[in-house]
Amino acid sequence: MSESLFSKKNRKLITDPLTDNNPVTIQVLGICSALAITVQVNQAIVMGLSVIFVTMMGNVVISMLRNLIPSRIRIIVQLVVVAALVIVVDQVLAAFLPDLSAKLSVFVGLIITNCIIMGRLEAFAMANKPWPSLLDGFGNGLGYAGLLVLVAVFRELFGSGTLLGFTIFGNSLPGEESGLYAMGYTNNNMMILPPMALIIVGVIIWVQRLRNKELQEDH
Amino acid sequence: MESTLDIFVKSIFSENMIFAYFLGMCSYLAVSKTVKTAVGLGAAVIFVLTVTVPVNYLLENYLLKAGALSWLGEEYTDYDLSFLSFIMFIAVVASIVQLVEMLVEKFAPALYGALGIFLPLIAVNCSILGGALFMQERQYSTLFDATAFAFGSGIGWFIAIVAIAAIREKIRYSHIPAPLRGLGITFILTGLMGIAFMSFMGIKYGKEVKKEKAQTVQTSQLTTAKTQE
Repeated sequence: MSESLFSKKNRKLITDPLTDNNPVTIQVLGICSALAITVQVNQAIVMGLSVIFVTMMGNVVISMLRNLIPSRIRIIVQLVVVAALVIVVDQVLAAFLPDLSAKLSVFVGLIITNCIIMGRLEAFAMANKPWPSLLDGFGNGLGYAGLLVLVAVFRELFGSGTLLGFTIFGNSLPGEESGLYAMGYTNNNMMILPPMALIIVGVIIWVQRLRNKELQEDH
Repeated sequence: MESTLDIFVKSIFSENMIFAYFLGMCSYLAVSKTVKTAVGLGAAVIFVLTVTVPVNYLLENYLLKAGALSWLGEEYTDYDLSFLSFIMFIAVVASIVQLVEMLVEKFAPALYGALGIFLPLIAVNCSILGGALFMQERQYSTLFDATAFAFGSGIGWFIAIVAIAAIREKIRYSHIPAPLRGLGITFILTGLMGIAFMSFMGIKYGKEVKKEKAQTVQTSQLTTAKTQE
């Protein structure tokens, strides 16, 4: 092998999608199936891990097959590979985390049509060797998972006053308030509603583009 | 059971694909720059949803569900193929989209000119697969109900994308802070529209109205009984 496994170029494949080439906020991919499950951090983490697994494995498989796939039917081939991987994820979740699996309901299945996966397969795995494809899949999956968890942290912390199910601001039960609630703080119920996920992503995009002027659009 | 009309209205408004579940956001954000293209994509989504969901419904009920194979004979009643549903649904969606594209191209060239470029996009639109998966999860009792749900969801999606496209056309003339331009403001607008659409959750559907009426009748009977005592 001419270059080491973690050369600078390969490391960049992982770090880029985390910030300036984030799949969600910059490439505008994969918002579809994921924002409805950011009410709680643990759901977001499980969803993020599932997506990381599928992007990594999908990238590797397609990259190994890339010289065998006729370009006319490549979309179907990609869909079948991704669907098979998602079935594995879904069955594992249903077996080991049945409660969470029920909460995620159709959104695990919707990983199949998550544009990040198809986008990376099409843009990267079809033209690169398996190892860089694995790193690219991992990086993009991580960028996506990171954003999901960030949104979920805001929504869970301000919506229900907990993180990963642990209370942060004290007891909010009426009659036995403690911590911040004793001082008159109340949870923002708005945060639990689905539309707030979009507004939070909008604000994250705002902050990101405020810091990096190159990313700003004309209109 | 919910009536078909309830399902239809619900899937347009209170369970809108975009504002309640964020399905199909990728193409929603990418193709909503002008109203004209938004109308094209929206129409294509209505069409494909209304075709694919009933097909997937039949597939689910006569092939995949636990015990669905019983029409083949006694010994098949124990089969449960539901773990195959993702791969079957996506295969059906992809092949129907391909088929529809060819048919439209052959028999309605004008329509193909309008929808053509959007049809291949739709195979990977989350709202189509989402429609099939919600149909599976909610277990509609008849094919007709499932079709009504699919058609309503399509219309809901259409309304959402045309509305945001109209707003984006106008917003070009306003002074938005530079970092928010484009994507950022579209997200925030969609969120605000979602909040507006949540008001449709207050719609009372057939069953709930009946229940409420029954309750009021009961309580009024109780009160009259008490006053008589």
